[in-house]
Amino acid sequence: MRKTLSLALPLAALVLLAAAPLVASAYQLGLLLGMATYVTLASAWALFSGHTRYISLATVAFYGTGAYTVAVLNESLPYPVVLAVAGVIGAGLALVVGLSTLRLAGIYFVIFSFGLSELIRELITWYEVNVTGTLGRYIFLDITARGIYWQMLALGAFTIGLTAWIHRRRLGLALRVIGDDETVAAHSGIHLARVKLIVFVLASTIITLAGAIASPRWVYVEPSIVFNPTVSFLTVIMALLGGANRLWGPALGAVPLFLVFEWLSSDFPDTYPIILGLLFIAVVFVLPNGVLAGIERLRQRRKA
Amino acid sequence: MLLTTLILGAVLGGTYALLALGLTLQYGIARIMNLAYGELTLIAAFVLVWAFQGLGLSPIISILLLAPAGYLVGWALYTVMMGPLVRRAGGSGRLEVDSILATFGLLFLIQGVLLLTAGPNFTSISYLDRGVSVFGVSVAANKLVAFGICVVAGGALVVALARTRWGLTLRAVALSPVSAPLVGIDVNRTMRQGFALGTALAAVAGGTLAMYQTFSATGGVVFTMKALVIVIMGGVGNVGGALAAGLALGLVETFVATAIDPGLTLAATFAIFLIVLLWRPQGLFRRR
Repeated sequence: MRKTLSLALPLAALVLLAAAPLVASAYQLGLLLGMATYVTLASAWALFSGHTRYISLATVAFYGTGAYTVAVLNESLPYPVVLAVAGVIGAGLALVVGLSTLRLAGIYFVIFSFGLSELIRELITWYEVNVTGTLGRYIFLDITARGIYWQMLALGAFTIGLTAWIHRRRLGLALRVIGDDETVAAHSGIHLARVKLIVFVLASTIITLAGAIASPRWVYVEPSIVFNPTVSFLTVIMALLGGANRLWGPALGAVPLFLVFEWLSSDFPDTYPIILGLLFIAVVFVLPNGVLAGIERLRQRRKA
Repeated sequence: MLLTTLILGAVLGGTYALLALGLTLQYGIARIMNLAYGELTLIAAFVLVWAFQGLGLSPIISILLLAPAGYLVGWALYTVMMGPLVRRAGGSGRLEVDSILATFGLLFLIQGVLLLTAGPNFTSISYLDRGVSVFGVSVAANKLVAFGICVVAGGALVVALARTRWGLTLRAVALSPVSAPLVGIDVNRTMRQGFALGTALAAVAGGTLAMYQTFSATGGVVFTMKALVIVIMGGVGNVGGALAAGLALGLVETFVATAIDPGLTLAATFAIFLIVLLWRPQGLFRRR
């Protein structure tokens, strides 16, 4: 009973969400799209970082790479091929990062991911200025906001489904053991680097695809626009607030926080980053394991 | 040409070495991975510019004041923010994740305040802007003064760490925070000192940077990144290694900027980082 419910409820919600654009206004559709994007990003981030506790600060490096790939290729290749190329580039980038850092202690990975988006932004800017001679590109694709929303919704559903599936496999168990204690994991025969690499590449590919799907909304694309560090920041705080090691935690954090940020950035554009920083620190201090874990702890205390 | 690159690289490397020295103290002694380090540096740089433009204060006096001010700021930051995290972690690996997340939030907080007060534009001052001949190469006097400050501050710290009892205490906690209490060391106090000292060095490095370079409120991430790479290159907690690696990075970066393209300096940093990761992740100068 519980099992069918845990499958039926999300499916019903998905159908409702997919039907929403038929009645929503343009502004509401924009909000829905933003929420779907951040649910996808936060869930994909948590897929790797939630259990392993390897904090990735490079969300926007992949997200921006996806968007920029579309900007470069949208006039020369058909759209599905462009998406596929973006996915392959994201996976390749994740392989390079993973192979050079995931064999080592977590701190090397964090440092690498910390500067990665700056690096890619610098490289693309240098390439565009010196080789192609144009900084800034246009995306003219025949895709409506509705179409983007449906694609993003599908990607988000796929991400959560994939997370649920991995959690039930040996791979998910291996991830949890690595997160608890790497030494124990190594002694019980888990190939640490391989497990971490597989999941990191999966999560990064999803994030790259999210950037590629969202990119037609921009129309005009420039490295400083698509590699906005706020995206990395928002993704981490959303996943943390909900609970990065729960299936629904990231989605639960992403929806309310996205709405709060929308309101903050339009009503307080100057003080917005300050409020964001304070909120982030508050989450780390007050709810280090997320809202879901906090509620569970409260319940247990009440029982006892 | 080569000599110019060498001298200018050494000047830049001096500031980088000081930056990395502060970060390696914070990470090595206090065990705090401080991602807001570059933002702390920028605060000092902006304070120096404001003091120079608003009050007409000489940058050298500013830096003398910035060092103790940085120490106080670091002390307060540790007491209010890092201390509770250290206590909550209780010596487990959780501190690393918590400190990364907390300072990531701090990064945005400080950046927001800087953007609000200083705006997004690049800032610089013109102080001692005339050339001085060094081995036949004309170098701006402000760079030489900045380099001198770095050498004095860095050198004094290296000697203090190696020769004094206080330095011995700091090194003991860096080596083993578990056994340090056995010989009567107050670990919590020493960690706070290490963090505060690191912040003081960040402030001095930021001050010297403002003397000769343009900078903006959003550039902190790059400074943190460079300092981190230098720390890894030199070996975590290795003071001499950080100094040598800092100089080396300054040289490489100046070489890349003059010979290839100034837009690729971060790429050069990352290239070095990759080589170190693949070849000697324990640091170039660490004995196995």
